Amino acid sequence: MKKDIILAGVGGQGILSIATIIGSAALDQNLHLKQAEVHGMSQRGGDVQSHLRLSSYPIHSDLIPRGCADLIISLEPMEALRYLPWLAQEGWVITNTTPFVNIPNYPETGRLHEELAKLPNVIALDVDEIARQAGSPRSANMALLGAASGVLGILEPERLKEGIRRIFARKGEETVDANIKAFEAGLRKAISGYGTCR
Amino acid sequence: MAHKELLLGDEAVALGALHAGLSGVYAYPGTPSTEITEFIQAHPLTRERGIHSAWSCNEKTAMEGALGVSYAGKRALVCMKHVGMNVCADAFMGSAMTGANGGLVVTACDDPSMHSSQNEQDSRFYARFAMIPVFEPSNQQEAYEMTREAFDYSEKRGIPVLMRLTTRMAHSRAVVSSGEARPENEVHLPENPRQWVTLPANARIRNRQLIKDYDAFEVDAEESRFNSLADGCDRRMGVIACGIAYNYLMENFPDGCPYPVLKVSQYPFPRKMALALAGMTDTILVLEEGQPMVEESLRGVFPTSARILGRLDGTVTRDGELSPDIVRKALSLDPIPSHEPSETVVPRPPALCQGCGHRDFYTALNRTLEKYPGSRVFSDIGCYTLGFLAPLHAIHTCVEMGASFGMAQGAAHSGIWPAVAVLGDSTFTHSGMTGLLDAVNSNADVVLCISDNLTTGMTGGQDSAGTGRIEAICEGIGVAKEHIRTIIPLPKNYEEMERAIREEIEYHGVSVIVSRRECLQTLKRHAKK
Repeated sequence: MKKDIILAGVGGQGILSIATIIGSAALDQNLHLKQAEVHGMSQRGGDVQSHLRLSSYPIHSDLIPRGCADLIISLEPMEALRYLPWLAQEGWVITNTTPFVNIPNYPETGRLHEELAKLPNVIALDVDEIARQAGSPRSANMALLGAASGVLGILEPERLKEGIRRIFARKGEETVDANIKAFEAGLRKAISGYGTCR
Repeated sequence: MAHKELLLGDEAVALGALHAGLSGVYAYPGTPSTEITEFIQAHPLTRERGIHSAWSCNEKTAMEGALGVSYAGKRALVCMKHVGMNVCADAFMGSAMTGANGGLVVTACDDPSMHSSQNEQDSRFYARFAMIPVFEPSNQQEAYEMTREAFDYSEKRGIPVLMRLTTRMAHSRAVVSSGEARPENEVHLPENPRQWVTLPANARIRNRQLIKDYDAFEVDAEESRFNSLADGCDRRMGVIACGIAYNYLMENFPDGCPYPVLKVSQYPFPRKMALALAGMTDTILVLEEGQPMVEESLRGVFPTSARILGRLDGTVTRDGELSPDIVRKALSLDPIPSHEPSETVVPRPPALCQGCGHRDFYTALNRTLEKYPGSRVFSDIGCYTLGFLAPLHAIHTCVEMGASFGMAQGAAHSGIWPAVAVLGDSTFTHSGMTGLLDAVNSNADVVLCISDNLTTGMTGGQDSAGTGRIEAICEGIGVAKEHIRTIIPLPKNYEEMERAIREEIEYHGVSVIVSRRECLQTLKRHAKK
């Protein structure tokens, strides 16, 4: 089995934490993994993306070929759409609906939502709100990971939770709990179909 | 017992070096190479063994420090981004002449497609120029193993080795299985001390030896386990795949590549292997990340019987990094069906952080210069280069580390007034100090601004070499004390800042303005501690 994932967002939003947790879970499950990241200049409020590839057999390329991503997981709705040429025809888009507006010509959010709704498989959720309601306002990225975990396939949600525990362990019990709560809230919302655009 | 962990290519190089018995890493931060040194700085073995890992002022001082370690018989690693090779070129070329005593590995991380750089130069040319062997890993495991072996190889052949990474190799993670750490070398001096004194009489002898050795390096490359020639069932074409390009090739053939493939990860380019490939097929596709170095060496000028495909004939894009898709097209395979790009999406360029001191400095500078229509602002490499973009539009040039100070005085000598330069504190100590001395010596009519955020900001907040001593350095170089002005870039200070800048413009000599406020990113990190 193989899963190709594009993680998207704006520099500073926390996509690399998502990648780190999936990576930790994958390593624990003895999966092959490659994860290309963007460092440097773009991290200053620019668009950032990470190509994350998980597989039960060896992976060659660090980059996902166009048309091959099984999932786009995005912390920002316009950033989710930026990588459509990489998305497989029946691939999933799991995205936050809260826009991150730091440019003057940011498109109308209605248009973004319309375009998202046209895709075959979408989970669009306000993960900022979900994380807030779960009492973990700083863990929107974990709520998004939770929402994606239901369709990820190659790693069970339980494995990802173990990843969260491992990665946040050194920050203390409280941080671990806040992140787990956000993760579970995201997963529940996604399963309930609340956020599905169609 | 083998230990498995997820590592960036950069980190795999770092771990390989530590396990090879490293005694010192010498580096200046630069994307995509920074994480090599940071990994070593944070590693327990570094503390345990007292391995040198403090940042150097620039790539040249780094290379020289490492050369001293090698002279002493110990093992040293030098790390930099590709353009750092230009800064350390004098020392790098010199190191080919001295040779290595203790293992000396120079890691250059190239940035094709210029994700975070000003050009696309290919460091393999430097190695060929200096007659130094190159290792170019194709995956993270290889990066670990190659670095370990590169130190052994450097000592065996008495030559520094260039480790070449590109962005995707440097900044991509994979599982790496590692071994035990070898002890450090004991101090032992070079066997041939004459070689380390490059007087012409000595250098001539050494040069002839190096030319001979370079042939031996090529034989080594032919026998290297990192290079291989695999036959294929379809001989209509053969492929030469260098470094990471090998992965993009194999990605397009899940069941194995049908064509004969020469995988190259160690140079000098193994010509015999290429001839063997040419014996299997008369059409050869060259896939290499960066500039068409191998391709050019195969094409030459005179016609050959082999048909060479690559960047020079348009089969592969002439510039930019490779990808599985570019390689797929070069292989004439059908594109994978996908979604159309969204028409709603707009670019989101990087920007200076909200509240950043560079912003406030540029705002005050812009307001002052409104009254001076002839003014030009020469800037430099760092976060503050983003001052070029809307809404600031504050700078007119950015070339290379330190260029601002040099260019401002050249422009001033030519009659441009006011000629203003802007660089950061780390760029100042990297390459601005010598330019400042030139300005002082020619009494240039310039206003040289140091936007001091107390760190090396763009690469993520590494220590900056002159922190706390910027004014003292300027004074020591000879700038008049009353024309070294320190301002705090905050909106409430705009008037005071403008006055200081205006007064120094009206002074017809060398002025330095130090605009100092800590980087918000490091400030946040310090607050957490």
